[in-house]
Amino acid sequence: MNVLKMTNIKKSFGDNQVIKDISLSVDKGEVVSIIGPSGGGKSTLLRCATLLEKVDDGIITYMGDDVTYKNEKGHLCYSKNLKKFRQVFSLVFQNFNLFPHFSVLKNVMDAPVSALGRDKKEVKEECIKLLEKMGLSEKANSYPCELSGGQQQRVSIVRALAMNPDILFFDEPTSALDPELTGEVLKVIKQLAEEKMTMVIVTHEMAFARAVSDRVIFIDGGVIVEQGTPEEVFSDTKNERTKQFLQNYNN
Amino acid sequence: MALSVMIEKMSTGFEKTCSIFFLTLLFALPLGVVIALLRMSKSFVISRITQLFVSVLRGTPLMLQLLAVTYGPFYLFGTSVSRNKLIPVVIAFSINYAAYFSEIYRGGIESISVGQYEAATILGYSKMKTFIRIILPQVIRRILPSVTNEIVTLVKDTSIAFTVSYQEMFTIGKQIANSQTSFTPFIVAGVFYYVFNAIVGFVMGRAEKAMSYYKQ
Repeated sequence: MNVLKMTNIKKSFGDNQVIKDISLSVDKGEVVSIIGPSGGGKSTLLRCATLLEKVDDGIITYMGDDVTYKNEKGHLCYSKNLKKFRQVFSLVFQNFNLFPHFSVLKNVMDAPVSALGRDKKEVKEECIKLLEKMGLSEKANSYPCELSGGQQQRVSIVRALAMNPDILFFDEPTSALDPELTGEVLKVIKQLAEEKMTMVIVTHEMAFARAVSDRVIFIDGGVIVEQGTPEEVFSDTKNERTKQFLQNYNN
Repeated sequence: MALSVMIEKMSTGFEKTCSIFFLTLLFALPLGVVIALLRMSKSFVISRITQLFVSVLRGTPLMLQLLAVTYGPFYLFGTSVSRNKLIPVVIAFSINYAAYFSEIYRGGIESISVGQYEAATILGYSKMKTFIRIILPQVIRRILPSVTNEIVTLVKDTSIAFTVSYQEMFTIGKQIANSQTSFTPFIVAGVFYYVFNAIVGFVMGRAEKAMSYYKQ
C-alpha cells in the first residue's frame, strides 16, 4: 500500500511557480531520495507533503485517506482533521529546530505526552531506549546548546521517531553540519533504512542517496526530470539535465 | 520635626506605594499579553486599532492619563469622584504599563524563529500548547531584562499618584516638605525608592540567573 501518494501537485509563491506538476507515491518500507538543484522545488514539495505549506492544486493521500479533495464546485479543500494526518508522518529539519529550553529527554518525550496525551511513564521508557539506540543516552539530561550539530540532529531524529510515524521526511538533514559531522547522522539514517523505515530524504549527499535509497528522484524546474533506482539515475542517466547536474557534483 | 517622626509618617504611605506597585504588576503583566496578541492579530482592523491604542498610551504623559481616569467620569457624566483613589490610580497605571509591556512581549514573540512553530506543528502541538509550552518560556527568558527596566520605572512612577492626592509615600513627603519648609522628606523618599529598586534588581537578577540554564 502507498503510505503517501501525491497527485498533480502545483504550488506557486506569487508569480513564481515552484512546483509545476509533480506526482509521486511512496510504498511502505521504501526509501526515496529527492535530489536536484537549489530552488528546483525539492524542499517546497516536502513542506507541502508535511502540511507546512498548502498546495494550490493536487491531491495528497496518506494511508489511503485524502488530505486534500475537490468539493462539488471543483475547489481544492483540505481535510478538517489535519491532526489525524500529522500523526502519520514526521519531519527532520535542516536546522534541527530543537526546543532550546527543554533537555534532550524532554525534547524527545514532550510531544507524545503533552500533544498526543500518551502515558508519561511508557513514553519515557520508549524514548530512553531510542536515545540508547542512537548512542545518546549519556546526553539525556543535557540541553541542545551543549551538543554538537551532529548530536543535535540525531536528537531531532529521535524526537521524530518518538511520534511513531508511518513515514519520516528529511529536509537536507546534513546541510547545516560540518562535513566531519555528517557521517554520524547519515549512519543513523542508514540504520533506519535497514530497519525498513519508510523515508523520503531531500539531500545533496549523492553517495549517500545512492547507497541508501530504493528510488532516486531528480527534481528541477518544478517537475520530476528523472527517476529510478540509484543505478538507473546515477550510472545509466538518461536525461541531459540530470547528467549535467550530476557532473557538476562529481567535479 | 524629628527625622524619625518624618520617616514614620512617610512609612504609613509606603504601604499604599506598594499597593500601587503590586496591583499594577498583577493587572498589567497579563493584560500586556492580551494587547500584544491583539496587536499581532491577523485582522488588519484589530491590529491597527490596538496599535493606535498603544501609541496614545505611550505618547501621552502617565500623569495626564491618571487625571483623565480619576476626573474624566466627573466631567463626562457628572458622576462623583470616587473617594478611594486607589481604584483610578491602579486602572490608569495598569493600562499604561500594559501598553509598554505589550510592545516588549511583541518584540520577544517575534524574535522566536519560525522553525520553533513549524517543529511544534509537525509534532502535533495545538496552537495554544505551542504558545504556552514552546514559545512563552523562551520569550520570558529573552524579555526579562527589558521587563526589569519597566518594573524599576514603575517603582519610581508610583510617585505620580500625588497628582490626584492619593496618600502614598511621596504625597505625604511632599506635604511634610511644604509644611516644614524642609528638603529632608525628599531625601528620605529618594532613599526609600532606591532601596525598593535595589530589592527589585536583586529579585529580577535571580530570576534571570534561574532562567539562563540554556544558551539562546
